[in-house]
Amino acid sequence: MTVRYQIVQRDDSLQSKSMRIQHRVTLTKGTRRRQALKTTGYRIFWGVGGKGFVPVKGGVRPRGREAAPGRVGGEVRCAEVRCGDSPPVPGVWGARRLRAVPPPCPAAGVSQVTVRDALNQALDEELERDERVFLLGEEVAQYDGAYKISRGLWKKYGDKRVIDTPISEMGFTGIAVGAAMAGLRPVCEFMTFNFSMQAIDQVINSAAKTCYMSAGSIAVPIVFRGPNGASAGVAAQHSQCFAAWYGHCPGLKVVSPWSSEDAKGLLKASIRDDNPVVMLENELLYGVPFEMSEQAQSKDFVVPIGKAKIERQGTHVTLVSHSRPVGHCLEAAAVLAKEGVECEVINLRTIRPMDIETVEASVVKTNHLVTVEGGWPQFGVGAEICARIMEGSAFNYLDAPAVRVTGADVPMPYAKILEDNCLPQVKDIIFAVKKALNI
Amino acid sequence: ASRVVVASRNYADFASEATFEIKKCDLHRLEEGPSTTAVMTREEGLHYYKTMQTIRRMELKSDQLYKQKIIRGFCHLYDGQEACCVGLEVAIKPTDHVITAYRVHGFTYARGVPVREILAELTGRKGGCVKGKGGSMHMYTKNFYGGNGIVGAQVPLGAGIALACKYFGKNEVCLTLYGDGAANQGQIFETYNMAALWKLPCVFICENNRYGMGTSVERAAASTDYYKRGDFIPGLRVDGMDVLCVREAAKFAAEYCRAGKGPILMELQTYRYHGHSMSDPGISYRTREEIQEVRSKSDPITLLKDRMVNNNLASIEELKEIDVAVRKEIEEAAQFATTDPEPPLEELGNHIYCNEPPFEVRGPNQWIRYKSVS
Repeated sequence: MTVRYQIVQRDDSLQSKSMRIQHRVTLTKGTRRRQALKTTGYRIFWGVGGKGFVPVKGGVRPRGREAAPGRVGGEVRCAEVRCGDSPPVPGVWGARRLRAVPPPCPAAGVSQVTVRDALNQALDEELERDERVFLLGEEVAQYDGAYKISRGLWKKYGDKRVIDTPISEMGFTGIAVGAAMAGLRPVCEFMTFNFSMQAIDQVINSAAKTCYMSAGSIAVPIVFRGPNGASAGVAAQHSQCFAAWYGHCPGLKVVSPWSSEDAKGLLKASIRDDNPVVMLENELLYGVPFEMSEQAQSKDFVVPIGKAKIERQGTHVTLVSHSRPVGHCLEAAAVLAKEGVECEVINLRTIRPMDIETVEASVVKTNHLVTVEGGWPQFGVGAEICARIMEGSAFNYLDAPAVRVTGADVPMPYAKILEDNCLPQVKDIIFAVKKALNI
Repeated sequence: ASRVVVASRNYADFASEATFEIKKCDLHRLEEGPSTTAVMTREEGLHYYKTMQTIRRMELKSDQLYKQKIIRGFCHLYDGQEACCVGLEVAIKPTDHVITAYRVHGFTYARGVPVREILAELTGRKGGCVKGKGGSMHMYTKNFYGGNGIVGAQVPLGAGIALACKYFGKNEVCLTLYGDGAANQGQIFETYNMAALWKLPCVFICENNRYGMGTSVERAAASTDYYKRGDFIPGLRVDGMDVLCVREAAKFAAEYCRAGKGPILMELQTYRYHGHSMSDPGISYRTREEIQEVRSKSDPITLLKDRMVNNNLASIEELKEIDVAVRKEIEEAAQFATTDPEPPLEELGNHIYCNEPPFEVRGPNQWIRYKSVS
């Protein structure tokens, strides 16, 4: 008798939040051997004889033939194992068991939410809240978003509120800015910020400068958002970080979220802001789940623009970062903590206007500064932080020159070993901290 | 000697209106075009005359002030093209929207900003329409979005304003103007595509004054039929020196858009007497004879004046009185523009953001800070 296990593959385009893994494993009866799969958190459905797959609780023996929910052509989709489910009974399946271990229960109201889902929620809530808000960009409507950020929104709000554009960055960005000048509140998506370079004249000269040139009579309440910086293996033309480029210009606000809370709160704040905001997301963070408190999941949760967050308290050195490298800083901090070095990790959240006061207060406390970013070193975010620290009161509290950890000063190569070494890794941050502390 | 009244005209002597034959427009993808006759009442005629004359004198005054170095930087003058902005403005409603490039003084006046505020903005004073923050190329008022310095960038903006018109559903249109030089910009073709796809109520208007700075249209464009360059967008070619022709064409175009048929394109054939800007004498790429010919045969103000006098809508004396009044207005405005104080230094930091609590802006060094108020 053949026992077939169907574990549905992870498919982010599917509507429900359940994580689905698909993997067909055929075993013969009696062997009770199966591959050890990384299935933490997944319930396994398995069936008998190749027909009739049966949902099974906790992964114990098949119960008999019943129609399995969600069965498609002989495959059965698994549902997420939730916390509070009973764990699989040990010893039933034999030597190597597929573990469908329920995850630990988080505090009340707290959920794991990916950055993608957080952004999606933010867009959904803001579209609902204000009729003047609309989304435009390439593939945002019928494709559900190139990175699925706008999944489900076109179905819910229709052609008027979610607009697919042709591949005309300069044209549609100008149209979005014009719509903002005339009273709408557009969210203009760039498939990646690399393409925003084609439209940068509209972002800077038409959007950023208009409030000033018109002495405040014309507001431009627009959000430009999309993935920024390096992805994985997309090579030089698709990997540039624009934080320094947009951060340079007065009239713009520039935000750079890391966690889901950052993403949702900053996107909502940006949409509600009456000024042009550039929101630099990160593609590699889209699928990463973060804990979101109940408060963070509410419809009125906003993260104020212009305020940094201290992600980890510390006493020996200040690590300042934005976007994905914040995660690397926390990892480095965890490693360094074992060696007795306590790092204070600051997540900038906003590039312009930069919350230098939080950084200064931290440097006054720790006396050492390391900045970490994915962009190129010359004229970068780290350079600006160092210059401002030098100009301010915190300079007198530095026991060593500030250190910058940045992307390598080269266009991004393709080969994995080269690409990995072009971006700040945890080991680079640790090395920099030790250099700053002279240990 | 006693004074004898030689002649007097009673205003009851004038006709209340007259009908004029106007030039037929060349059409692209249109079965019919605007009417070839236009009715103009006496009041309308006087209004058009006064407006055009005001713009003419205002531009000439700006020329004077620039040569006296009271106006600095860029100054792009509109004299010769008055029929365009006046004809367009009277064809649309104040609730419609207009956006143009940098040759903007005429439109700013037509859209309702007083001459003194325009001249004060040119001279960089606090009484300027945008407090001296914008200058010649960046003038704004209600439903008028400038005033844009980057050639061609205003065209997608205009289509965006048209998108907002459609979105809000208030039956408004947006006139989006650009020149013959800008007509070769790629972003304009991107905009044509999207405006036609989404049926935006956008009237694209190419003010063809035959020269993009120093480059004549023959040297810049493979096709100088600018009204056809919209390809799938219907177009009209209009005599831009005749205010009635412009008016009728603009009415036709605005109606087309309001009917929800999508965008339409108008090419206004016009001419500028000055060079591209005040730094350009305007005679290295065209002859003085050409300029003189246009002045004598096609000047928009002279054309209107002749029409009105010949059709008994006004007398020469009456129009001369208007001229005198206009000159006086311009003199007073220039007086204001030269005596009004410059904006206070505190203004430097203001209006970076809208609706923002006050914050500090860095000056040329770390100790100089300006407060920024919205």
